[in-house]
Amino acid sequence: MAEEIITEEMKKAIGVPSEPVTIEIEKGMIRKFAESIEDPNPLWQDEGYAKKSRYGGIIAPPGLLMGAEMRGQGMGMSFQLPGPQILDGGGEWEYIKPIKSGDVLTVVDKLHDLREREGRMGKMLFIVTETTWTNQHGELVARALGTLINY
Amino acid sequence: MAKQVYYEDVEEGKEIPQLVKNPTTQQLVKWAGASGDYYQIHYDKDFALAAGLPNIIVHGRLKSSFLGQLLSDWVGEEGWVKKIAVQHRGMDFPGEQLTCKGTVTKKYVKDGEHIVELEIWTENPRGEKTAPATATVVLPSRG
Repeated sequence: MAEEIITEEMKKAIGVPSEPVTIEIEKGMIRKFAESIEDPNPLWQDEGYAKKSRYGGIIAPPGLLMGAEMRGQGMGMSFQLPGPQILDGGGEWEYIKPIKSGDVLTVVDKLHDLREREGRMGKMLFIVTETTWTNQHGELVARALGTLINY
Repeated sequence: MAKQVYYEDVEEGKEIPQLVKNPTTQQLVKWAGASGDYYQIHYDKDFALAAGLPNIIVHGRLKSSFLGQLLSDWVGEEGWVKKIAVQHRGMDFPGEQLTCKGTVTKKYVKDGEHIVELEIWTENPRGEKTAPATATVVLPSRG
């Protein structure tokens, strides 16, 4: 199969930012997340404890941003994926400033890169998405690159 | 909470304390709800089998979150997890123990920050690294 799976239409979608989405970080959401991974760290859950810490209140654990609920509108893709299956290939998360309970984050997704590779299941498309999170003070608090594999 | 670790305590090549996890189907459902990832391969066995998988599989991002906990436990309250880069390489299944491990690869001071780089990973009971990762953290210094 010499057929190219990355079309011109797909290439045009690279770098186009999605419409921003606003997410309010509530302490209940942080607690529910920490409970789901069984992480008892009081910085994520115990308001009295967290107040006395250098953060001055409850903050989000690193994993919170990995969840689908913290994504923006999607990678701004206006094209159909070539294969029926999707796997999560991994990602990288950069934490610039603490995310605090009560913060209102603006999330923007962007298609960062497309690559194709021959795999066991035939041609695989690697879709790399960039997500940025900016808080209510206009500070960039985190940035991530996520890789989805479509085949 | 464990005792605070300082930059001066860290040596290249040294392991950090492990974090042992025992993901169950119940935990996968809790994670699905908390994270918003409702892809059925993580809780519906018929769906997973039809998709060609041997069983329900553990969410890659749940494993990445465990690695986040490995780091936040280690760096403590005075430290900061700066970056985690994870590859989801192998599948893990509920009912199998996952051990999160890490080794310090580098330490240096840059722009006044005491930085430590690590290799971290999740390991299945057969000793396979199912989610190899690299991480960068900042530690406090006794200065």
